[in-house]
Amino acid sequence: MRKAIAVAHKEFRQIARDRRTLMILLFVPAFFLMLYGYALNWDIRHVRLAVEDQDHTPESRSIVSAFVNSGYFDLVASVDDTRIAALMNTNEVRAVLVVPSGFGRRLRTGARAPMQVLVNGDNANTATTVVGYALTILQSESAHYQRGPWAPLLSVQPRVWYNAELRSTLFLVPGLIAYIAMITAVVSTALSIVREKERGTMEQVRMAPLGAPAFVVGKTIPYFLISLASAIGIILVAMVLFGVPMRGSWWLLLLALSLFLVGALGLGLLISSVSDNQQVAFQLAMLASFLPTLMLSGFIFPISSMPAFLRAVTYAVPARYFLIALRAIVLKGAGAQAFWQDLVALAIFAVAVLVLASVRLRKEWA
Amino acid sequence: MRRVGFLVWKELIELRQDPRLFGIVILAPILQLFMLGYAATTDVRNVPVVVADADRSAASRDLIARFEASPNFTVIGIVTGANEIDPYLERGRAWMALSIPAGYGEELGAGRPETVQVVADGSDANSTNIGLGYATSLIAAYAQQLVAARGSGGGGGGIDARVRVWFNSRLESRDFMIPGVLALLLLMITTNLSAMGIVREKELGTLEQLNVTPLQRWELVLGKLLPYALVGMIDVFLVLGVALLWFQIPLRGSVWLLLALNLVFLLSTLGLGLFVSTISSTQQQAMMTTIFFFLTPMIYLSGFVFPIENMPRVIQWVTYLIPLRYFLVIVRSIFLKGVGLETLWPQALALMAWGAAILMLAIARSTKRIA
Repeated sequence: MRKAIAVAHKEFRQIARDRRTLMILLFVPAFFLMLYGYALNWDIRHVRLAVEDQDHTPESRSIVSAFVNSGYFDLVASVDDTRIAALMNTNEVRAVLVVPSGFGRRLRTGARAPMQVLVNGDNANTATTVVGYALTILQSESAHYQRGPWAPLLSVQPRVWYNAELRSTLFLVPGLIAYIAMITAVVSTALSIVREKERGTMEQVRMAPLGAPAFVVGKTIPYFLISLASAIGIILVAMVLFGVPMRGSWWLLLLALSLFLVGALGLGLLISSVSDNQQVAFQLAMLASFLPTLMLSGFIFPISSMPAFLRAVTYAVPARYFLIALRAIVLKGAGAQAFWQDLVALAIFAVAVLVLASVRLRKEWA
Repeated sequence: MRRVGFLVWKELIELRQDPRLFGIVILAPILQLFMLGYAATTDVRNVPVVVADADRSAASRDLIARFEASPNFTVIGIVTGANEIDPYLERGRAWMALSIPAGYGEELGAGRPETVQVVADGSDANSTNIGLGYATSLIAAYAQQLVAARGSGGGGGGIDARVRVWFNSRLESRDFMIPGVLALLLLMITTNLSAMGIVREKELGTLEQLNVTPLQRWELVLGKLLPYALVGMIDVFLVLGVALLWFQIPLRGSVWLLLALNLVFLLSTLGLGLFVSTISSTQQQAMMTTIFFFLTPMIYLSGFVFPIENMPRVIQWVTYLIPLRYFLVIVRSIFLKGVGLETLWPQALALMAWGAAILMLAIARSTKRIA
């Protein structure tokens, strides 16, 4: 252990000398959370809408105003048939309402009045939401004109827990926290061993009376402290600026965060120990941390929608467990009994990568 | 020009001597496209549902069977009491709970209206929203069938809304995401390569040796860029092949236009890497600068997953500075809409201008730095 601390001490002094790197590691993460937490959301508002009204009756106008008054749509153009394609191609509008002539007359006489909603589907996610908005508006408008007894026998009462207004910020910010913490941790260690290899200082370390595990632990300690500080920074920013609640226990949060960070740092060290030069390490780091955390952690893309083999892969992504724990602690106020499996998984991952990195180094030194 | 040729040759030899790097650069994009192609879907399917069935009647089982039969839901457990759903939602094992009250079957049988409750976990707001929509429409359709079965047919009139989705009629998010992943992979691989390219020589001290050769600055830059552009184009072909042959993404536009604009995009990513290389003194700095200040903003602010039109106005202006934004519009439009330069010229022009600007900046910087 004393040897590990000696390595940590040396590493600290090296970090302190490279001010730019230290500043990036400490402060950029919090800044990033501010930027992205502010910039990103899934809440779709201001859908640009064009209307082709061939009817020009009070009924057709009331449909259009129902769309505008819903707050989801902005009317940007009144068009005729020929311009629709051009507007959709350039993404100037996302949706077009086509009200055929005779629409108002049919409604007044109690006949079914057809009309068309064209939706730009290039972004399937946005399009699904837009279709949902449009159908809801039309359903409630339609109810004004319907005749006859139509009492639905069965109705639904939807209730949303943990995030009653369905604010996407509350969902995205924990994901961003995991992403930023992961990147900061991996980036800080991924080059640390391979750099010594490339510069030849590894030979000196090898000569020193120092075991591989002590070396690996010593390399981890300073970066752990730095990344813990910056991770706590981003969590505070999340709470102060974005109204992310804290419904659970701080100690549990600290535990989950520490396990996650040690795992991430260990992953960086493992990458560093298998790479021959920094270029390789960089590419590996992107492959092993950047992309999986973004794509396979359930941060953006729901894991349950993935095919089975890919769901199996996600079990090797630590951010997956951290996200479950983080959301459970912060949003749901759950206790450890709800997610202890995820904490155990994080711990296993951390130990596994650290051991692998030491084994790999020992083999290289032997 | 011959001198540039020599430098290109030297770079290619170096690349070949580093089989691991070569393997990563060639294999990684294919592997990633496979994974991401499957992962990058915002379609919500198999929403895990837990059912609290306090009724346990034939009618309640009929409703549960509807959920089980739907591809949108997976029923992961059936409990009796409404309080038993808490652990499922807390742990995130179920995203949604359907709660059927006691007496449900009896009420329905007597023709009295009945309400079931759907509780959703809002911590994933996006998927929850979509899942709630699925549940509501499933139950509404079921309710209509119940009414019809009782023979009290519905009234006439009302609006008959016909929704048509253009460009992607099945609403497959894959058709939208994979062209985006293609752009993203190119950006990552090539920027990384070139960002480390010059700073590595700086760090190892071999840049001094290049400096004493009669190479001009622009020749040095060109010689560094060409081999990486070559690697980038190989990646383009591989990734395109997987997208078209494996995922069968429809390519409605011109493949030549796509390749040509890919080249323009490569120019800007390589230029960006070189620029990073000139402002960094160690590879670690180069790596951090690339990841933090270029790649991350590009991923989040380019419209890759988060629609730009949802962002605050100020951020929307910032996105005009991001080359990936233009390239994404280009790739997606060529793939999904089949449009050509007559629609895409503003994006193509912006991309070219960006590439030229960053290259000039990199060359200017490198002259100052090295000389």
